[in-house]
Amino acid sequence: MRVRAGNTLGMALSLVAGDKQADRAVPPTGFTAQLTVFAAGAMAFLAVFALALSLATGRLADRWAAELARTSTLRISAPADQMAAQTQAALRLLQTTPGVAEARALTADEQRDLLEPWFGPDLPVETLPIPQLIEIVETGEGYDAIGLRARLQAEVPGALLDDHTRWREPLVAAAGRLRVLGWLAIGLIAAATAAMITLAAQAALSANAQVIRVLRLVGARDVYIARAFVRRFTLRALSGAAVGTVAGMLAVLLLPDADVAGGFLTGLGFSGWHWVLPLLIPPLAALVAFAATRAAALRSLKEQS
Amino acid sequence: MIELRNVAYSYGGAELFSDLSLVLGPGSFHFLTGPSGAGKTTLLKLCYGELTASSGEVLLFGADARAMDRDMVALARQRIGVVHQDCQFLDHLPLAENVALPLTVAGRKGDAAQDLADLLGWVGLTAQAGQLPPQLSGGERQRAALARAVIMSPDVILADEPTGNIDWEMSQRLLTLLIELNRMGKAVLVATHDLNLIRAAKAQVQARVLRLRGGRLQSAGVDL
Repeated sequence: MRVRAGNTLGMALSLVAGDKQADRAVPPTGFTAQLTVFAAGAMAFLAVFALALSLATGRLADRWAAELARTSTLRISAPADQMAAQTQAALRLLQTTPGVAEARALTADEQRDLLEPWFGPDLPVETLPIPQLIEIVETGEGYDAIGLRARLQAEVPGALLDDHTRWREPLVAAAGRLRVLGWLAIGLIAAATAAMITLAAQAALSANAQVIRVLRLVGARDVYIARAFVRRFTLRALSGAAVGTVAGMLAVLLLPDADVAGGFLTGLGFSGWHWVLPLLIPPLAALVAFAATRAAALRSLKEQS
Repeated sequence: MIELRNVAYSYGGAELFSDLSLVLGPGSFHFLTGPSGAGKTTLLKLCYGELTASSGEVLLFGADARAMDRDMVALARQRIGVVHQDCQFLDHLPLAENVALPLTVAGRKGDAAQDLADLLGWVGLTAQAGQLPPQLSGGERQRAALARAVIMSPDVILADEPTGNIDWEMSQRLLTLLIELNRMGKAVLVATHDLNLIRAAKAQVQARVLRLRGGRLQSAGVDL
């Protein structure tokens, strides 16, 4: 295993150093070379977007979790003559509850605004048996929800505490799944790149069977023959992926600003040090090409011997 | 240097030859004759490890070819110069680079520029050094193949119908080159149908003539 790792490392180092003579042993292939560069570029472009999606959904999940975790709602359903008393009792209780930074009963206008999307603008809130809502803002540490529920049950019988867990969990789970899908897409792109480069390398090896025969005749070892193909495909993948990555980053950069448009998709992009991450795509593409071509070349050479 | 002991070779269930023994020692010169399809090319390929014997032993410089991995075979081939009838060049490289290919592959290109120039002069191809193989005549290609076969100063030279595509004068010139190499101590094995070439060689060098026929290898006189 150690010897094999050493061989791979040696091959990688010689790949970087290059061997002009070994490169020249294999004739240039114009059209297929351009296809490999194009495929690597297209895949890198897609990988930039998959990465942006994954990072954006990660940020979104964190933001949703943080925002929803800091607030909760107390709903008071009581007969009309007890509503005010129970509301006041609940507010007093909340003011003395550790972990509650602020508690505020929503006004009739605010409650009307909340219902407006469903019932229209002229809803007579005052005449309807609508529960009173109290907005609770938590401190950083948060409150003890179980303890608060127990106290509310004893002192405010019409109160129902909603700490947003029901809302938060599916949202965060959905964002988490989107993030996983983003990484899965990156994995699939890498696998598809490896498959395409393997096919291209196999085609090049088959097309150069005569070259391989001649090289073997004069005493070339498999690693020498493979090196010419591996170096060629690795450099093609690197250059194609570099162009694709730069194009992808420019496209992400030119997306509409989230604050202006306000939607989820417009939040797709990189922020802060995350802009460094796409720059890893070209070397990773080269690594994938190196491994795929080397495996294909050595397997093909073994089959041809 | 190369030894075949009771070697048999079968292909597709049919036995091409069996119980074949041959020793190519230093300074030996062998001609291999026989009808087409008798297995001359196969025998040569066994000698440089391209094929593996069905049974028996093939020793390449003392090592059993069957036990050698591909890297070991490649290293052994750097000590064996092979001339094919169809020459087998890299058509996209100039003649000089083709001739120097064994040096390049062995990582010895840098210190052999003068050797290459001398060798091209020796085979009379200095003027054609920059030409691509398809631009060369049959005789030039045969001489270039011989130059490539000997540039590493191999211990053994195997030639498969080296004069098959060239005229008598060029055949004589190639034979002279092979005899000169043999006098330097190289083992030479030439597979050929050309009896005139064998007669011409025997007049100049102690050569053993072998005939491959009916799956057996026999010694033969020059009047085959």
